[in-house]
Amino acid sequence: MAELTMRIWRGDPAGGDFIDYRIPEVEGEVVLDVIHRIQAGPAPDLACRWNCKAGKCGSCSAEINGRPRLMCMTRMDTLPTDQPVTVAPMRTFPIIRDLVTDVSFNYVMARQVPPFRPATSGLDGSFRMAQVDVDRGQEFRKCIECFLCQDVCHVIRDHEENKARYSGPRWFIRFMELESHPLDTNDRRELLRQRMGLGMCNITKCCTEVCPEHIKITDNAIIPLKERVVDAAYDPVAWLGRKILRRSKRSAAEALADAPSYAAPTAEDLASRKSATGPSAASPSAASPSAAGPSAAGPA
Amino acid sequence: MSTLEDVKPTPVTLGGTRGGPAVRTLRRDRWWVSPAVTVGVLTAFVAYATWAAFQNANYYVGAAMHRDLISPFYSPCLAESCVPGSHPGFVITWWTISPAILILIFPLGFRLTCYYYRKAYYRGFWQSPPACGVADGHASYSGETRFPLILQNVHRYFFLFGLVFNVILTIDAVMAFRMPGEGIGVSLGTLVLCVNAALLWIYTLSCHACRHLCGGNLDKFSKHPIRHRIWKTLSPLNARHMLFAWMSLIFVALTDLYVRLVASGVFHDPKLF
Repeated sequence: MAELTMRIWRGDPAGGDFIDYRIPEVEGEVVLDVIHRIQAGPAPDLACRWNCKAGKCGSCSAEINGRPRLMCMTRMDTLPTDQPVTVAPMRTFPIIRDLVTDVSFNYVMARQVPPFRPATSGLDGSFRMAQVDVDRGQEFRKCIECFLCQDVCHVIRDHEENKARYSGPRWFIRFMELESHPLDTNDRRELLRQRMGLGMCNITKCCTEVCPEHIKITDNAIIPLKERVVDAAYDPVAWLGRKILRRSKRSAAEALADAPSYAAPTAEDLASRKSATGPSAASPSAASPSAAGPSAAGPA
Repeated sequence: MSTLEDVKPTPVTLGGTRGGPAVRTLRRDRWWVSPAVTVGVLTAFVAYATWAAFQNANYYVGAAMHRDLISPFYSPCLAESCVPGSHPGFVITWWTISPAILILIFPLGFRLTCYYYRKAYYRGFWQSPPACGVADGHASYSGETRFPLILQNVHRYFFLFGLVFNVILTIDAVMAFRMPGEGIGVSLGTLVLCVNAALLWIYTLSCHACRHLCGGNLDKFSKHPIRHRIWKTLSPLNARHMLFAWMSLIFVALTDLYVRLVASGVFHDPKLF
């Protein structure tokens, strides 16, 4: 039986290196199957996240031969096995161990998205939407939060300092879903321009290339958002039209007041939970640097 | 416009240790082919367009050759120095250098700020990033938040100018059916100008700014059924914007070349019927 070489990153925040594992080739496998066979054989302590094995939970994100992909959706027969198959953790996020990274940066950014705030309901207390308006946002709801788009985005992948002011493609599709919602009353465009770093994106479309759900992130979310920001901040004709027609939503500052970052647990909250439940029950992410971030955080 | 200065952002802790080796990329495929082709084609186009724009000759095939063909690089030919017959209704007397320079700023600006070309030249020329999963070629990065790249936001105005130029080039294509001294007919040059105008229309209508202005800026499609229908029609075109961008770019250069060869007497524009 033919053998293949898996070159897997083993390490933690203290450092690491690629380790080669030679195992028999089995027909019909995906990369995650091979990782599991390595766990069951030569490296039982190999750490990786996984759950559904069906491309729907977004847990097993990694970089396979340098490309951000889901391990469970990458068939081995699509990879050249005449040379080692490299599997590395997502580059953009701090490593916890082996293939597991701390993705809590994404949750810090998620808490800064002002949520849906509907207009007043109809006379019977209900909110109604036409099907055509419902359909528009469906594409964005396919997101499985694998964070491959965040991982591949060079704005934060290659420039750590930008993380403080860039929410990333995953949250841009959330912003677009809310901004184009027919019942929503929040205007998030200034927030996108000033705080969420929409202008940092130079639309090189890597997020769209890696999305396992084939969401057209750039064409259907980021560029439409950029155009909406132009309406709000750079186009004098659009500004004039808005003044004449008196179309206005709640301002970005008002919208931000709704952001869940206000209700986010602080570092003190997390520490008290940790001490209350004991060290064994504490989740790794609670101790991670990014999760402690919002601490002082909240714009109270 | 509102300010967010009084609202403190949620801080992000930076500087965690990253996994993986400190190398530019782990990709083993030929990721450099696409940016290299982009650089090659765009450089060739810019070199040819610059030469053609400054040549200031052989851009119009007139009545002496029984044709009415004008190069898209020189239309509308507004300077007083334009060859007889190539003028529209009026001329600008103070412009003394090549008339192409007077107008090319608009199509150039449209393509330079185009969302697709931005991807192409940011990847190809600026290496930011050269390909997905390949490290950025620069130590710092501010995207399109500062001058001069913040000017990319004027793309919609260049789109509107682009529409005006499309109308002019469409008129040129229609005028190309007129063959002075021979009546009305179709020559190879007529077809070249028609295809050129059609490709420019498709490229312009597939533009992201066009899609936004026609309906993308709406929150309630159900209240604007006509604009929604237009948006739905443009969206499939928009998905192929890259294809139309390359096709129209290459063909506009070929159109200029065709007119140039006919005007300089290399061959005669054959009449088809």
